[in-house]
Order: sequence, then structure tokens, then C-alpha cells
Amino acid sequence: MAHSNDAREAVMIGRRTDGTIIRRPLSPHLQVYDMMQMTSALSIMHRITGSTWAVGLIFLVWFLAATAAGPEAYARMQWFMGSFFGVILLFGITVAAWYHTLAGVRHLMWDYGYGYDIPTTYRTGWWVIIATGVMTVLTWVVAIIAWAS
Amino acid sequence: MATFTLPKNSTVQPGKVFQAEAGATNVRSFKIYRFDPDSGENPRMDTYEIDLDKCGPMVLDALIKIKNEVDTTLTFRRSCREGICGSCSMNIDGLNTLACLKPIEDVTGEVRINPLPHMPVVKDLVPDLSHIYAQLTSIQPWLKSDTAPPPDGERLQSKEERAKLDGLWECILCFCCSTACPSYWWNGDRYLGPAVLLQAYRWIADSRDEATGDRLDQLQDPFRLYRCHTIMNCARTCPKGLNPAQAIGEIKMLLAEREG
Repeated sequence: MAHSNDAREAVMIGRRTDGTIIRRPLSPHLQVYDMMQMTSALSIMHRITGSTWAVGLIFLVWFLAATAAGPEAYARMQWFMGSFFGVILLFGITVAAWYHTLAGVRHLMWDYGYGYDIPTTYRTGWWVIIATGVMTVLTWVVAIIAWAS
Repeated sequence: MATFTLPKNSTVQPGKVFQAEAGATNVRSFKIYRFDPDSGENPRMDTYEIDLDKCGPMVLDALIKIKNEVDTTLTFRRSCREGICGSCSMNIDGLNTLACLKPIEDVTGEVRINPLPHMPVVKDLVPDLSHIYAQLTSIQPWLKSDTAPPPDGERLQSKEERAKLDGLWECILCFCCSTACPSYWWNGDRYLGPAVLLQAYRWIADSRDEATGDRLDQLQDPFRLYRCHTIMNCARTCPKGLNPAQAIGEIKMLLAEREG
């Protein structure tokens, strides 16, 4: 078992009234805990967007490689990025990148010792969510204007 | 390692329903986690319908009423019933808190009650806390000093020095915070968790303690301290309104400053 080197294994063993040994159950965790509260929900999102962004960078590499490889490769890349799926993907990466950046700033603030109290944590949490929406839309407005002109 | 599902012996089955007595008008359902080691069966969720007109205001009042009047086998820890002993910590309506400080009317709909999350269950709502107590022992939560105290009195502190302990000494070791922390769920074998780290900081911050360097040495470890990712569930759930995340942040800053 994967649990064998876990120090908590010792306390998983209990006894019945008659003295026989029993393996104790583990109490429910994710199954019962309110994970959608601001604190844990934004933390999980930070990890998900970090991974999304990292995977999304593969497409940046493709963009650079296609640009270097010549007009045909560039046209193929451009066709994909302009397709419905490509636009959704780019939009998703924009959301992930902005969220991860803004939530990262929130983490830096904590690391400098500020904003630990719960009201502030909730306020900065909402700022991150709202600012992610605003910055994503702004990014796309700027991109579409630049593309159209 | 993080295992997101429950082991086979821990999955929760539907349980018995104890209906409210006839004529009850203000009925509320309490769904309570039950585990009987002698039965050889998996844990189950029993439902108790309680007439709130004949029950005290707090969740603990309902638990005591159930044990007294409905089902004497229901097992839970309680002592002071006023939020100072830390015995009745449990998961109520998805958040860890003290049953004695949680008003029933704060919960909408049925009241779901589970033991503290991701812990070995001894019986019903009673988790085994010996691992977490061993972790508390490991940070040596007592005053350590090489200097002898003044022969004619106590070791004195200025008002400012004493104020640094506010928000730390109030901890009642109910472990609501540690068992609310996903990082402690997945890495609790080596990560000390918010409650124990708050205690560690309580002694680091104490002007009379002379072992600060040793204490920081012990915590400078990828697991013991740095599994804290500032998720903040600890501060969100603390029934005493304390902030373990901030205490951990202070320790991290002291370590960073020491590195220079």
C-alpha cells in the first residue's frame, strides 16, 4: 500500500470492545467540506490556472516555431488560432494567465505580511475575480482593435 | 500523498431515521455521522428529527438532547459547553467549528454533522487526535530559557511584548483549523498544520523565551512549515476568530529575514 510510510498509519489501527484489532475509517474530507468558500476555491483555481497556463505555453512555442519555419507552417498555425477551437483556447489561456498573475500578486502581499484577516482576504479575493474579468476583456478588446487595424 | 476519495472501509452508507414525536411543529433534521467499531460495518448517516421548540439554541444542545432522549449510543466529546475547552470540535454544515458555539438557526435546512475531516474515527464523532498531539509535543510548547528567573519575582514583559501574544494564547487546541486544511489532509504525516504552527509561533513571539533560534531551526523544513500554501481555510474556520495563517506567515518572514 502507498500508505505504508505515512506516520499517521499507526493511529488508523484501533480496537473493538472485545480487544480485536480493527482498521479505523477515515473521516470524510472533500466529501463534506465546503470547498467553494472563497479561501479554498481561489487556492484551487490558482493551481488549475497555473497548470493551464503552463500547458498553454506549448501553443506559444508552436507560434514561435511556426513563425521561424516559414510561410506554410505559419499559415497552418494561423488557421488553427483563427478557428473556433483556437479562439476558445486563446481566450482560456488569457483568463488563466490573468487570474494566475493577479492571484499571484495576492500571494506576494501575504508573503510580505499583509491582508491575512478574513474580511481583507474576501475583499482581495473578489478583486482578483473581478479584475480577471476586466483585464481579460480589455486584453481582447486591444487585441481585436490591433488585429482589425 | 493526496487521495481524494475515501478508503473502502470509510465510505458512508445511508442510516436509520429517527422521526420526530407526533405533534412536533418546529422540526429540524440532524444528519449525523455514525461509526460503531463493534458492528463491523461501514460508517453511516443517521437522521434525527428534533423539535426545536424543545431544544436549546446550539448544535451541542441538539446533540445532548439526542443522546439523552433519542439514542444513547451517539458518541461525541463535550465538556464546557461555552467554547473554552475545545472538545466539541466537529464539521457542521461543511465547516469545522465548535458545536457549543454554533447556533442551529445559522444552518439552513438539515444540519449535517461529521467528525473533524481526514482523521481516524474512534467512534461516531470522536476522532483520534494522538498524531496531532504528538506533533504539538514536537514543537516543545513551553517556555525555554537558559537565564535564571529573577530571584524575587516573575520574568516580566513590557505591555508591547505581552501584546505580541494576543491572538496566539487564546487557541484552545480544538484542531478545527488543522483538519480544515487541505494541505494537512494530504501531508499531515509531516506537515505540522495550522494549529501546531500557531503554537510554535506563540513561543517564538514570546519575549521571555530564549530558544527562538532552535525553534526556527526546527521549522526550517520543506514539510513541517512550508506545506502551508496560504489557502486560508484555517483562519476562515477558527471558532475563536484567530488567524493561524498569519502566524505561519510571521514564521516564514522570520526565516526569510534570518537568511538575510
